[in-house]
Amino acid sequence: MLKINHISKTFNPGTVNEVVALQDVSIEIEEGSFVCVLGTNGSGKSTMLNAVAGSFIVDEGIITLDHIDITKWGEHERAKFIGRVFQNPFSGTAPNMSIQENLALAMKRGKNRGIGWGLPASLIHEFRAMVKPLNMGLEDRLENPIGKLSGGQRQALTLLMATALKPKLLLLDEHTAALDPKTAAKVIDLTQQVIMKDKLTTMMVTHSMQQAVNLGDRIVMMHKGKVAYDFRGEEKKRLKINDLLTLFDELRRKDNIDTAVASMLADNYV
Amino acid sequence: MSLLIGSTTIGLILALLALGIFISFRIFDFPDITAEGSFTFGAATAASLIVAGVNPLLASFIAFLAGMAAGAVTGIIHTRFNINPLLAGILVMTALYSVNLHVMGKSNMPLLSETTVFTWIENLSLSWSGADARTIILGWEVAVKDLWLLLFCFLVIVGFCITLWWFFKTNIGTAMRATGDNDQMIRALGVNTKLMIIVGMALSNGFIALAGAMLAQYQGFADVQMGIGMMVWGLASVIIGEAIINDNSVGFVILGAVLGSVLFRLLVAIALRWGLNPNDLKIITALFVFIALILPGLLKNKKLSFKRKANA
Ligand SMILES: Nc1ncnc2c1ncn2[C@@H]1O[C@H](COP(=O)(O)OP(=O)(O)O)[C@@H](O)[C@H]1O
Ligand SMILES: [Mg+2]
Repeated sequence: MLKINHISKTFNPGTVNEVVALQDVSIEIEEGSFVCVLGTNGSGKSTMLNAVAGSFIVDEGIITLDHIDITKWGEHERAKFIGRVFQNPFSGTAPNMSIQENLALAMKRGKNRGIGWGLPASLIHEFRAMVKPLNMGLEDRLENPIGKLSGGQRQALTLLMATALKPKLLLLDEHTAALDPKTAAKVIDLTQQVIMKDKLTTMMVTHSMQQAVNLGDRIVMMHKGKVAYDFRGEEKKRLKINDLLTLFDELRRKDNIDTAVASMLADNYV
Repeated sequence: MSLLIGSTTIGLILALLALGIFISFRIFDFPDITAEGSFTFGAATAASLIVAGVNPLLASFIAFLAGMAAGAVTGIIHTRFNINPLLAGILVMTALYSVNLHVMGKSNMPLLSETTVFTWIENLSLSWSGADARTIILGWEVAVKDLWLLLFCFLVIVGFCITLWWFFKTNIGTAMRATGDNDQMIRALGVNTKLMIIVGMALSNGFIALAGAMLAQYQGFADVQMGIGMMVWGLASVIIGEAIINDNSVGFVILGAVLGSVLFRLLVAIALRWGLNPNDLKIITALFVFIALILPGLLKNKKLSFKRKANA
């Protein structure tokens, strides 16, 4: 389904701000699989999702989706196959446009947008039915600007928008991180429902080990721009939060040894 | 009274400019100074075509296309070469100055002896109600011809407003508005935002060039300087419109831009009549826009400090 083949990305190469964000990353994701991506801050999780979504073109490597090489495709071209929800609730919706206009935009994801009327009455009925199960009272507020809604409501709508037309691949980047725990739980419930219903192939970055343990069928752990661990099947099912904590500690200890060795070498030889 | 009618007519013509500025500034949040060049470009194109004997309606349409081309160039410079919007606009505006001189072959081109769109309307008035016909409105005597010109401009503007409103409600127009509102979001929904910006700037400058073309025909000449200050003028109209119509849905903002343009023109005409030095017009327009831009922030701070005092 999705094949990430030896991709690398360096930001600001050749400057003092140079960051190697991805180093020779390879992952293959099967159709219908739900992958949780874990990792410390700055380990390259978002960069990996952005690479797949086409926010930038990777320096090296190849990305294929359903055997189509999309490595050089623009972001808007890949959007035909990919639905996205971002960490920032402000990122996924157009604040000054109404809820129904936002939804209408999503109903055309990756399709030609001609001079047909943007908001036909038939769609509005459909939208009412779409937002009603959210239990947020939005069905009566479809004409309100979406910017007036809370972060949780906006993330829930962004999720609906990303999946309104079934995407081949759903990318979720810490989409509950900016929400309070109660709202986050609600959005995660919704996420699970949506993914189950359409059997969506999903990559979900999360900071919550609880989520990673509870959800999905695979856990990929990133560290310093590389895939450090990859658990699936029975192994993934057996993983507990404590196991994940141990793995994080291990990675941290390795880092410390590396820096200790480096400073020792520096002290002795420089 | 005929001063008011004349000013309203010019206000309606300049409403096309305000609509152009509305597209760049409000829809795309793109401070597009190409306007200053494309306004003259429209005037120069229409004027020289009319002098060359081209049908004035066709000449106006070509002026519209010329403005679109100029806007598209600004859009391309910005999106393809990553040049900041202001600088992209300045580059095209500067280049257009030379282009305009070439188009006209001189810095001023009179149209008084030519047949323009407005000559047609005057002839229509002539055949309808006779030469120098006058009528009484609210106790003032006015030329019937002036009323015809006003009506014509009014109908043209209504036509363009409805078309523009319809366009921004279509699928492509909605995507354009979303590009200005949240480009990251609409890219993730499959829209080529760079293309949207290019088309949007083209549309904006098409309107602005048409305003120039119409004004040149109305006042009877095109001048290479006539675009100076037009961007701020258009912005002032949009701001006034937003102040009188406090609703930011597309239809109302379009309506507001037109009302703002007419009102602003009337205010200026009255101020000039009261003895405002025409040389001071631009500084006053600039001051006006400056104040309109900082006023909301000032009011907010006042309210905040008031609250703080109340809490203390
Ligand atoms: N657009 C960018 N420009 C420069 N550096 C970036 C950019 N995006 C990410 N980075 C850097 O790349 C590294 C990985 O970032 P990211 O993928 O966002 O990490 P995370 O795993 O927390 O999502 C970080 O050091 C970050 O600062
Ligand atoms: Mg991140």
